[in-house]
Amino acid sequence: MRETSTQLMMGNEAIAGGLLEAGCQLAAAYPGTPSTEILQSIINHRDQAAAPLHVEWSVNEKVAFEVALAASYTGKRTVAIMKQVGLNVAADPFMRTAYLGTVGGMVTIVADDPGPHSSQTEQDTRLFCLQARVPVLDPSSPAEAKAMIGPAYALSEKYRRNIVLRPTTRVCHSRQSVAVGAGTVAGHPSRFEPDPGRWCATPAFLPALHAGLNADLEAIAREPEWQPRLTPGDGSRAGMAIVAAGIAYAHLVDLLADLGLAGTIDLYQVVMPYPLNPDFLAHLRSDYQRVLILEETYPVIELQLAHPGAVGKQTGAVPRVGELSPDTVQTVVSEFLGLPQPQAPPPTPRGQRPSLCPGCPHRAAFYTIKQTFPDGIFPSDIGCYTLGMNLGAVHTVHCMGACISQGAGFFQAYRLDGGDFPTIVVTIGDSTFFHAGIPALINAVLQQARIIVVILDNATTAMTGGQPVPHLGIAAGGQLTKAIAIEPLVRAAGVEFLQVCDPYEGATFAEVLRQADRHIRSAEGSVAVIISRRPCVMDPVAKKNRVSLTMSINDDCAGCGICVSEFECPALSLSEELGMAVIDQDRCIGCGTCVDACPTQAIEIEEER
Amino acid sequence: MKQQIIVSGIGGQGALFVTRVIAQAAVDQGIPVLTSETHGMAQRGGTVISTIKVGSFASPLIRTGQADVGLLLWENNLSVHRPLMKSDGVLVLNAAAAGEGIRLDASAIARKLGNAVLANLVLLGCAVRHNALFCDEQACIAAITRLAPERFVDQNLQAFAEGLHG
Ligand code: SF4
Ligand code: SF4
Repeated sequence: MRETSTQLMMGNEAIAGGLLEAGCQLAAAYPGTPSTEILQSIINHRDQAAAPLHVEWSVNEKVAFEVALAASYTGKRTVAIMKQVGLNVAADPFMRTAYLGTVGGMVTIVADDPGPHSSQTEQDTRLFCLQARVPVLDPSSPAEAKAMIGPAYALSEKYRRNIVLRPTTRVCHSRQSVAVGAGTVAGHPSRFEPDPGRWCATPAFLPALHAGLNADLEAIAREPEWQPRLTPGDGSRAGMAIVAAGIAYAHLVDLLADLGLAGTIDLYQVVMPYPLNPDFLAHLRSDYQRVLILEETYPVIELQLAHPGAVGKQTGAVPRVGELSPDTVQTVVSEFLGLPQPQAPPPTPRGQRPSLCPGCPHRAAFYTIKQTFPDGIFPSDIGCYTLGMNLGAVHTVHCMGACISQGAGFFQAYRLDGGDFPTIVVTIGDSTFFHAGIPALINAVLQQARIIVVILDNATTAMTGGQPVPHLGIAAGGQLTKAIAIEPLVRAAGVEFLQVCDPYEGATFAEVLRQADRHIRSAEGSVAVIISRRPCVMDPVAKKNRVSLTMSINDDCAGCGICVSEFECPALSLSEELGMAVIDQDRCIGCGTCVDACPTQAIEIEEER
Repeated sequence: MKQQIIVSGIGGQGALFVTRVIAQAAVDQGIPVLTSETHGMAQRGGTVISTIKVGSFASPLIRTGQADVGLLLWENNLSVHRPLMKSDGVLVLNAAAAGEGIRLDASAIARKLGNAVLANLVLLGCAVRHNALFCDEQACIAAITRLAPERFVDQNLQAFAEGLHG
């Protein structure tokens, strides 16, 4: 056993530490901000696991959930980890698991992103859990998130139910001193007991399972460990209470201390927003005239409370959109307590927008696509390459894998009108392709959609920091596994036009795009696939092997700004002083791909450096 | 002891590393600390901000007008993050041009050391030189030594020293 000590840890690392100490034996995840570092940290510290451990980056969240679920059937403690929109992907098995239950402890960690900072929605997993009827925990700090894991497994095993832990971005990506090494729980031998009435439950069995779920939820709501935690006031604000959950509770504690109001009002921290103890709700309804509810992102506690004197998101007292920042909490609390309103923070500019890295192969691909088909339609997807928006080469971004089906949908719509149709170029990353692109590709071929699909293969899951992808043949711990190549999958999906191309070779890439366009417009035409292959510039191996060119801009520069606006490399900018483009040598990696973007050939390659 | 600090920059400048160094310095002195960081899409060259709250706090985020110290690695962020500062808060900026706050062309110094990314530790050194932070030179050196990958420790300490001695 390790020694107990305190360490500065990111929330996600703290959660990983909690999982290892609790004897979790199987962890499956698909990366997604803000959840990614949880599995990464389990991988980094897997030597500290007390029991044998299987860790995997699954191909998507549905798969991750199902792997963790079945392992729990054998008695082992397991975890499935994802971001909030990942739960949408895993919704099907997740919902049914509520009825059928688990055996070994199963925790599902779903990281929410109020704001959102790095997501396509700011949905609230707690509301999802209310609909799915799954207990959900809402930590307010890294240390608290870690401390919840062991008891969450105990709760899961007591009732044989999946339990959700819902940290938010501000918990996941905070650092705090956290106690580690408190002790570890031994593993469990695998013993699966077939129970067809449960694990295969046909509709005939479901009413009984549903009734069992309801009974368990009633009992779980009254579990002492998970009751709202009261910090009593001094009676000076009798009949009033504030109920808060998650990071909003932490903001509130700091604010009240700052205003000198700590301990002047009854304060409840709700750690399990669903299911709520009916006695707690009755107590709030009968003993308080006015209750303020602070929670992210949807009114989950407020909905269950249904108190005429309660104010929150439902009543509009708390903003319904965006993150509950400490400033917002101050405004809301001041209103509730009748304090003078703080000065409204001045409106601020948004700051620098993100863009693809200097030298990113996606930029080169997008630029060529846009130049080749100026009137094209460009569905794209989730990843760094979403930033192709900045180049005008991304027209739609919806959810993992949607771009291929959206491309097909665009085509079917235009086909109905007869005559010519616009060239539709879909861009999808390699990891996204494996995640949800394959069924969509099969469907597009089946429905004879005449579209070009460009698979942006940079050999990594770049957006989330470089997790391995299936065609590398590397598993989560770094050990070798079977590599699953993209090309045979594409061919097996019935695609007849398949080319592989280096996006840095702009002229060749453009020619292949034109060939693909001829193919989709030919009599036998269907889906054309181009694999745009070059490693992410952040990849450590690619970094080492890179040939770096010294770039400069000569006097032919007309100061038109086309390289800045159309090519959009962050190392290029227009100097108003000089009236010409300049290269920031600190940021330029010398890829040389911007040369073609200049209409006056003013961007030059000086030499290899 | 309470101090609220912001570290502001753009993705790729190493704002996260400085944040960890400062937080580690607090841990080493036995002071509770909370940070929050920007990860995800914004890390691709967009505006990022970390907050560090040293002392007994519950939340990692800083309200408008409450930051005691601001380390700005990217001058253009000033208009974005200025409102977080107290009216008498200390600003330390990586900037070539003259203007508000304590300024140092940390990027230029880092470039001379062979890597523009080292501007982050040059700026930290500068902040320590002006006694802007709760922690001193020794505390920062210990934290950098602990957190930097082994083969970069010397280079990182050198960058810190450049900022420290001006
Ligand atoms: S991390 Fe890789 S894929 Fe993402 S923008 Fe940078 S180079 Fe492109
Ligand atoms: S060579 Fe051009 S495109 Fe490549 S990083 Fe430098 S400025 Fe950007």
